[in-house]
Amino acid sequence: MAEIVAMPKLGFDMAEGTLVRWVIAEGGEVTKGAVLAEIETDKATVEVESSAGGILYRQLVAEGTAVPVGTPIAVIAAPGEEVKDLPETGLEAEGAVPVAAVEEKKAPDEKTGAAESAGQKAEAPEVPAAQPAQVAPEGGALRASPLARRIAQENNLNLNQVTGTGPSGRITRKDVEKALLGAPAVVTPAAAPLRPVTAAATLPAPSWEPGAPVPADERQPIAKLRSIIGRRMVESKQQVPHFYITSAYDVAPLMELRKQINLQLPEESKLSVNDFIIKAAALTLRQFPNINASLTDKEIVRHGHVNIGVAVAMDSGLMTVVCKDADQKPLRTISQEVRDMAVRARAGKVRPDDIEGSTFSISNLGMFDVEHFVAIINPPEAAILAVGSAQNVPVVIDGEVKVGMRMKATLSADHRITDGAEAARFMQALAGFIENPLRLML
Amino acid sequence: MARITMREAISQALWEEMERDPKVFIMGEEVGLWGGTYAVTKGFYDHFGADRVRDTPIAEAAIIGGAIGAALTGLRPVAELMTINFAFSAFDHIVNQAAKMHMMFGGQMVLPLVIRAVGGGGRQLGATHSQTPDAIFAHFPGLKVVAPGTPADAKGLLKAAIRSQDPLLFIEHATLYQTRGEVPEGDYIVPIGKSTVARPGKDVTIVTYSKMLEISLKAAETLAKEGIEAEIVDLRSLRPLDMDPVIESFKKTNRAVVVEEGWKSFGIGSEIAARIYEEAFDYVDAPVKRVAQTEVPLPYNHTLEQMMLPKVEDVISAVKEVL
Repeated sequence: MAEIVAMPKLGFDMAEGTLVRWVIAEGGEVTKGAVLAEIETDKATVEVESSAGGILYRQLVAEGTAVPVGTPIAVIAAPGEEVKDLPETGLEAEGAVPVAAVEEKKAPDEKTGAAESAGQKAEAPEVPAAQPAQVAPEGGALRASPLARRIAQENNLNLNQVTGTGPSGRITRKDVEKALLGAPAVVTPAAAPLRPVTAAATLPAPSWEPGAPVPADERQPIAKLRSIIGRRMVESKQQVPHFYITSAYDVAPLMELRKQINLQLPEESKLSVNDFIIKAAALTLRQFPNINASLTDKEIVRHGHVNIGVAVAMDSGLMTVVCKDADQKPLRTISQEVRDMAVRARAGKVRPDDIEGSTFSISNLGMFDVEHFVAIINPPEAAILAVGSAQNVPVVIDGEVKVGMRMKATLSADHRITDGAEAARFMQALAGFIENPLRLML
Repeated sequence: MARITMREAISQALWEEMERDPKVFIMGEEVGLWGGTYAVTKGFYDHFGADRVRDTPIAEAAIIGGAIGAALTGLRPVAELMTINFAFSAFDHIVNQAAKMHMMFGGQMVLPLVIRAVGGGGRQLGATHSQTPDAIFAHFPGLKVVAPGTPADAKGLLKAAIRSQDPLLFIEHATLYQTRGEVPEGDYIVPIGKSTVARPGKDVTIVTYSKMLEISLKAAETLAKEGIEAEIVDLRSLRPLDMDPVIESFKKTNRAVVVEEGWKSFGIGSEIAARIYEEAFDYVDAPVKRVAQTEVPLPYNHTLEQMMLPKVEDVISAVKEVL
């Protein structure tokens, strides 16, 4: 019997997904759980798995079509089966716009600056005439000596941002070394701290030459994920009335407990500080259903599940992976799940389940030596917790200044759902777990 | 250590080897009674006698053919060609016979043959007597090709050549005979197939040999006054070619100029450049530059001839181009 596959709902607020690519062609054999297609949601590109085995009888929507959640996208049938009543998608009637198709078509034009018609040409960004050969696309006409290329690669330096002073603008060792020792602006954000270029390279005397060549401006098209993050954050910051509560927690016992636990664990499954925070926040949220909530047009939804979204930094932007029912899971399970999801997210292989259904989010920048910061709420959630670094600080104990270990966390909350007093009580209750970490183990 | 000319150094090597080994003998045009066109074998005839210092007809094919036969029967001939340009008359004997016999016949015989040939231009000998066809001979496996640039190397390499079991072309530059240098006395041997750093430096590698070593050293002196320290690698032997010092130097300087007297096309510089690209590609910071003779038959007219040959200024400007 024929089985209908519909556009899955991958988050509370997901209304539609763009079918980016069909993985299996019509008539192709499908096993249950096989990847049928790739869809792009507001958050990520994910794979749609088949809910049944058989033959992919019909693809109901074309690649590039934005499809509302729940709309049929495919029909799976038994081999040889004739399906008479194909479901209607209603997409054509509503004039669905093939978003990705339009964007894909535009992209190459923007890159090369070439256009098919004068009208399109006007839209193409101007390439400044003054930019010499080094702005050529990677692998193209960029002139650089093999040695310069090797040094740049070893030092994670983008040659597109280096000005060549050799014949015909060729980038040579001298240019690369100058770039590496000079302005940090020419180093890509992902670059490791500067290392010596070669054994022979020595630090030159500080010098400044007026009119010395500087890297040209670099223009990058806004990636899909980047634009989604931008849109959602603008929405949140403009529409959600944020307020902020900051608390400092004594994390000396937590750090000590973590040390003890990690001594017992192999390297690949050691617990992070954030794993403890996830568990602590989840247990606290169980006591504060109004903060484990979402706002819809008419009502406040207090969620039964406590699903913690964890912000994962990636080269291309930010993604929130979701640890489900974190209040019920042991620390090591939380740790393993988050670790696995983060790896998948960074590899671009995130699963729908990894990113859907968060009820509260945590953003932790503790590893970057950050005292504290405030985060933007991830709509439609009620709040987000921003976690700083655990630091040795002077504290007053019994009238004396001593060295203490403190970690600051800031809750950003939606004033339409909750108020300052409740949020402050939440932060207080959170202290009960963070400062008594054994409670997380019980 | 005595400061002697390259002519004297070569003469010394020959004399000592003939004294040391009775199987060593000389044959060639005017080598005996006349004492050699370039006076290298002056006095040999009187000392060693007509059997071991043999004057031949003006017939290069006969000289080399006869020398091959002598080598096959166990002697150690040192055949002299008045100029390397006449080697073309004996080309078949050199590249088709001498270079191949040992390997072609399963190693049944050895060919301890040395062919001394005078090469290079600059002496107004005309287009057919002034060539530098070194690369042509270095092309053939089975034939060693050696070309010294200093008196000491000339002595040490020639003695090693005479003791070598393989056919070997020993190229002496016509304008280097008067060059003086420190030459160790007695049994001084320079192993064949070892390049050497003739001048240390850090900014650019100049690869050269023979007469062009002299030109390159002069260029390096001028460059040093401008703060550019060139490292000069003297190949000394074109086959076997020892690239190790070249690659080692190049990995340090990342830039190279190859200076040869012959023509550029399909020449020594082409080979060295290709080897650098193959063996040290990731160290290349600028294209390897070749300095060579202008690609015309060398003119007789002195001014024109000097214009065509590689000069100190050519080396200097090539170095500045790669820096």
